[in-house]
Amino acid sequence: MQFGLNESQQILQDSARQFFAGEYPSSEVRRLLETDTAFDATMWAKLAEQGYTGIIFPEGAGGVGLGLVELILLMEEAGRALLPGPFFSTVALAGALLRTMPPHTATGKYLSAISRGEARATVALVEASGGWDPADTQIAAANGRLTGEKLFVTDAAAAHWLLVVARNGVFLVQADSPGLRVTPMRGIDLTRKVYAVTFENTPAEKLCEVSAVPKALDIATAALCAEMVGGMQRALELTVEYAKTRKQFGKPVGAFQAVQHQVADMYLELESSRSATYYAAWALEENAPDAAAAVSIAKIYTSEASRTVGNRAIQVHGGMGFTWENDLHLFYRRAKASEMAFGDASYHRERLARLVIDGAAIAAQGA
Amino acid sequence: MDMRLTADEVAFRDEFRAWLEPNVPADWPQWREKPLEESFPYLRAWQRKLYDAGWAAVSWPREYGGRGATLMQQSIFWEEMARVEAPPLANALGLGLIGPTIIAHGTPAQKARFIPKILSAEEIWCQGFSEPNAGSDLAALQTEARLAGNHYVVNGQKVWTSYGWVGDWCELVVRTDPAAPKHKGLTVLLVDMKTPGVEVRPLRQMTGESEFNEIFFRDVHVPVENVLGAVNDGWNVAVSTLMHERGAYGARLILTFKRNINRLIELSRTVQRNGRPASQDAILRQKLAQCYAEVEIMRLNQLRAFSRITATGVPGPEGSIQKLFWSELNQRLQQLAQELLGPFGQLAQGDVHAVDRGIWAYGYLRSRGNTIEAGTSEVQRNIIGHFVLGLPRSY
Repeated sequence: MQFGLNESQQILQDSARQFFAGEYPSSEVRRLLETDTAFDATMWAKLAEQGYTGIIFPEGAGGVGLGLVELILLMEEAGRALLPGPFFSTVALAGALLRTMPPHTATGKYLSAISRGEARATVALVEASGGWDPADTQIAAANGRLTGEKLFVTDAAAAHWLLVVARNGVFLVQADSPGLRVTPMRGIDLTRKVYAVTFENTPAEKLCEVSAVPKALDIATAALCAEMVGGMQRALELTVEYAKTRKQFGKPVGAFQAVQHQVADMYLELESSRSATYYAAWALEENAPDAAAAVSIAKIYTSEASRTVGNRAIQVHGGMGFTWENDLHLFYRRAKASEMAFGDASYHRERLARLVIDGAAIAAQGA
Repeated sequence: MDMRLTADEVAFRDEFRAWLEPNVPADWPQWREKPLEESFPYLRAWQRKLYDAGWAAVSWPREYGGRGATLMQQSIFWEEMARVEAPPLANALGLGLIGPTIIAHGTPAQKARFIPKILSAEEIWCQGFSEPNAGSDLAALQTEARLAGNHYVVNGQKVWTSYGWVGDWCELVVRTDPAAPKHKGLTVLLVDMKTPGVEVRPLRQMTGESEFNEIFFRDVHVPVENVLGAVNDGWNVAVSTLMHERGAYGARLILTFKRNINRLIELSRTVQRNGRPASQDAILRQKLAQCYAEVEIMRLNQLRAFSRITATGVPGPEGSIQKLFWSELNQRLQQLAQELLGPFGQLAQGDVHAVDRGIWAYGYLRSRGNTIEAGTSEVQRNIIGHFVLGLPRSY
């Protein structure tokens, strides 16, 4: 048993950390969040050059052919830098769905365009009910056309393709299709834009059945947890640094136990989130029997930890933490959006209860 | 990253399982309800059986009677013990803490004298560390030892001593140089508990039992050859004992916690809430799932810490959060049990209406001590703040 990174995973993590720190300093993140889509073509080309846009796709489709543990290492570093734009939507969400679905005549073509950095995509799932369960979907395609509305579609304005979860399958809609309208929603996270998307008799190509969606959402959820872990890591680093240098009553505020214990709790919450997230990624990669439970455990813990870590970070920073100028609120905003995305802690506690309370009861009855 | 057991780990598990299954005593459930005073000879005999088969101290080096087991193998050992509900080992402190300290710091003569009898449970060990005025601030301890020719004369008082009532020997931390800074004037002595002047009194705790003792030392003579490590280097010797305390213990707890949360889930199917099984109550489902998730994360944190130590040879930062995590988690778990069981949760062993022989009433009270014993939560947070994150010392 080895619950640690191997050498090539370590190298990937180190180089991703260097890349994101170099390319996405705070000034660049702030420049991008002021733009409409937070997408930048030059930056995207660099992500593709690194192989990041193809990280989990088969080499046959132009990808790098790595696994989900590697994906979460990359997402963790992206989260630490608060990477703006459609990387998560394209690779960890739409990409995961394309990778998970049964091979389709065109999936190779889509994956290779994403891998080369030539195309971006997202998934349209949530509707007016606000539910993250694919079973909550009302919209259905008829005669190859979609009509209806999807909400909270991440990075839709930067995407070439929308993968729409409908009652009767997953459908691909081209961004330039007739009857498609993409309207910004004023989300709390300034670095990842969300949109309301309406379809009116919009042409849609069926890719697969809805049964492929849960596994893909689990992959996206684990990747999002990893991004939250990276955000918590950065918030902790900023807070430790501040607690060492900010002086009141003649000493660093970090010398006061009331402050120090907050920071110690941030550390506990961060590391526990990391353990849960790494395990979820491994379990998904290996199709372990407890993979779905592991994803819910990671999302339950990480959702609440990333909020709490943000609260503690801002509290320790005092008034400075409440300013626009300080970066903490950018992480805090993303943490709130991510806490809700793919189901918050309550949603995943219920999902876990179905697996370990009801599921175990059903298994016991069967035995 | 690979969470599967390696071939070596599987082989270790199978070898131990093959010995354990036919040898584990079947009558333990009848004994476990009795006071420890009554069952102790039984536990000594069980440890002796493990010793004879070479399984008493798998973590110890082979040359001292162990198996040089890796942390994962140790974890497997405790998992197997828990799986068959084997009795605990009588000489828990000798095997877990004090034996390893003697192996690390003892003279060849001390090792030859003490180690075999620790393994066989022929001599039970206790630990004389805390004092009435030295708890979290252990280095402030006042029990003094004056050199008088070929022996030390010890005077003072220790408290919270586990196994004091049955201890044959004690790892005792004393002050040998009152003039030196507090960490520099300490020495560890190995003290025969039958020496004149040693008096052991039970310390009754809030659960009603006496797991711990107070020990009084009045002009107790300890020969100089029983100094462990160097004179006035006792702080380092004591710290190496405490490192063992915080390290391997977690592996055993995980199994207990898993069993407890699974039992609560099972109970939730029969306990009624608002006319339905509690397992169908939306709020209790949330709480059970939360607790289940946290127990699993405790396990994952432990495995990550083990892998880190195995890879680097030194405990990683994850290790320091274990004590904090499990002690606070157990309090939440026990509170959840109370909430689930309603008025029946408070009933103690012996009451006809008690659930699970009263373990939940006991567990609720006992868990209160978890955030205090073996380093309070406040001390753990100080350790993380200062030693892990590099914040200034706050005390």
